[in-house]
Amino acid sequence: MSIKGKAFIVGAYEHPTRHAPDKTVAQLHAEVAIGALEDAGLRKEDIDGYFCAGDAPGMGPLSMVDYLGLKVRHVDSTDTGGSSYLVHVAHAAEAIALGKCRIALITLAGRPKSEGMATGTAPRAGNPNLPELGFEYPYAPTVVNTYAMCAMRHMYQYGTTSEQLAWIKVAASHHAQHNPHALLREVVSVEDVLASPMIADPLHRLDCCVITDGGGAVIVAHPDVAKSLKRPLVRVIGAGEAVKGQLGGEVDLTYSGAAWSGPRAFAEAGVTPADIDYASIYDSFTITVLMQIEDLGFCEKGAGGRFVADGNLISGVGRLPFNTDGGGLCNNHPANRGGMTKIIEAVRQLRGEAHPAVQVKDCALALVQGTGGSLGLRHGSATLILERT
Amino acid sequence: MSSAAPAPGRSIPAPVITPETRPFWEAANEGKLLLPRCRSCGKVHYYPRARCPFCGGEADTWIEAKGEGEIYTYSVMRRADPPYAIAYVSLTEGVKMLTNLIGADFDRLAIGQKVRVVFVPSESGQKVPMFTPLLP
Ligand SMILES: [Zn+2]
Repeated sequence: MSIKGKAFIVGAYEHPTRHAPDKTVAQLHAEVAIGALEDAGLRKEDIDGYFCAGDAPGMGPLSMVDYLGLKVRHVDSTDTGGSSYLVHVAHAAEAIALGKCRIALITLAGRPKSEGMATGTAPRAGNPNLPELGFEYPYAPTVVNTYAMCAMRHMYQYGTTSEQLAWIKVAASHHAQHNPHALLREVVSVEDVLASPMIADPLHRLDCCVITDGGGAVIVAHPDVAKSLKRPLVRVIGAGEAVKGQLGGEVDLTYSGAAWSGPRAFAEAGVTPADIDYASIYDSFTITVLMQIEDLGFCEKGAGGRFVADGNLISGVGRLPFNTDGGGLCNNHPANRGGMTKIIEAVRQLRGEAHPAVQVKDCALALVQGTGGSLGLRHGSATLILERT
Repeated sequence: MSSAAPAPGRSIPAPVITPETRPFWEAANEGKLLLPRCRSCGKVHYYPRARCPFCGGEADTWIEAKGEGEIYTYSVMRRADPPYAIAYVSLTEGVKMLTNLIGADFDRLAIGQKVRVVFVPSESGQKVPMFTPLLP
């Protein structure tokens, strides 16, 4: 059994805010839920499945289902960090295929900017029951220095350069200039990235994503529901999941879980990387993008540096237009979780509703790739393949 | 194997010690780096846990590591005050462990550099294993 064609993404909404000091997290979840319902042309009463992850306040879905006033017969609060929302789309498609629900709402929201969180640079203690805690926390791992270790190894093993990594930010900034909601709209150069302060060798400040408040939501529905609505049809045709950690001590930081989730999604969809017109690729850091591009098979392992250079990720210029909203690197990274906005921009592209300056011509097949956690410690990976029909 | 101090101004959070990992930490206080080995498949793993991550067997025997290895990867956290170097060190026993590099010129660190273990007191006095280059 496959989810291919069993569900459609019928609603998508990205909150325009990037700084919400006067709103609560629950309120932001509600605002994006309403936004996605309006986008789809559905009412709140139509929702019979609800999906959320660790950014939602409360125990799993309990508080948000109550707050939103939903009456649901299926819930799922799988949390794989920033990739959770891709997993939710896949799980929603599974639930719809099995008749467990027909119209599933997935929400994300958070306020790391307003809460003054040192997202990437402060070690996080975590639950004392974490089995790895005693062997990690004393060494002060942070989000940025654990990704930096991936970049350092990639440079050593494959000759990847800081200039090549910088091209990923440059491409994102070329897209963000057209997005009025993007936090960073200024086009930057390779030199700008290299001149920005070093945070954790070899990652500069401009190799890092932004910190923003905000959120987003999507609605996944049965094909019959999708066909009854007035929006362009975006079909889920493939999905893959994976979790990769330290492999019992046989640590290998040169590849991500996308090397496992990607082939699963491509196999289910029956397509290849060469068929993809647009890709949303999780971009917590420039190195995150580079590793996933290799692992998904857009180029050979180790050739990612050459692949991303010289504007190859810029829409209308290069071979693989990516993150045309500006991505997490320039536009938005609400709740420090970039998966939702990745899905939303892919939906825009397939509907032909991206900004005209970045819209991929005849965009029929899109890939969404998410990771969550840290590529340098342990992470979840999820891949979705979506098709315009 | 020797003791060392963290960089001035830096304090090391004390590790959470559990029944699964107590032998590792007691040995660290005596200047020994222990690694867990599986009774069933004989493989060594890291970080230590009571069940082998490879075969699921009981991993309640310990071997003493030589305490030598090389830098697999590292990053100097320039934004921290004082800066510190996080790393994975590849031990001669075959596993890689997350750690810090100390007693080194951070600008001269390199992947592949040979390192040896040193034990550094954390905030509780419990010593934690870190590594220092053989040729600084
Ligand atoms: Zn075993």
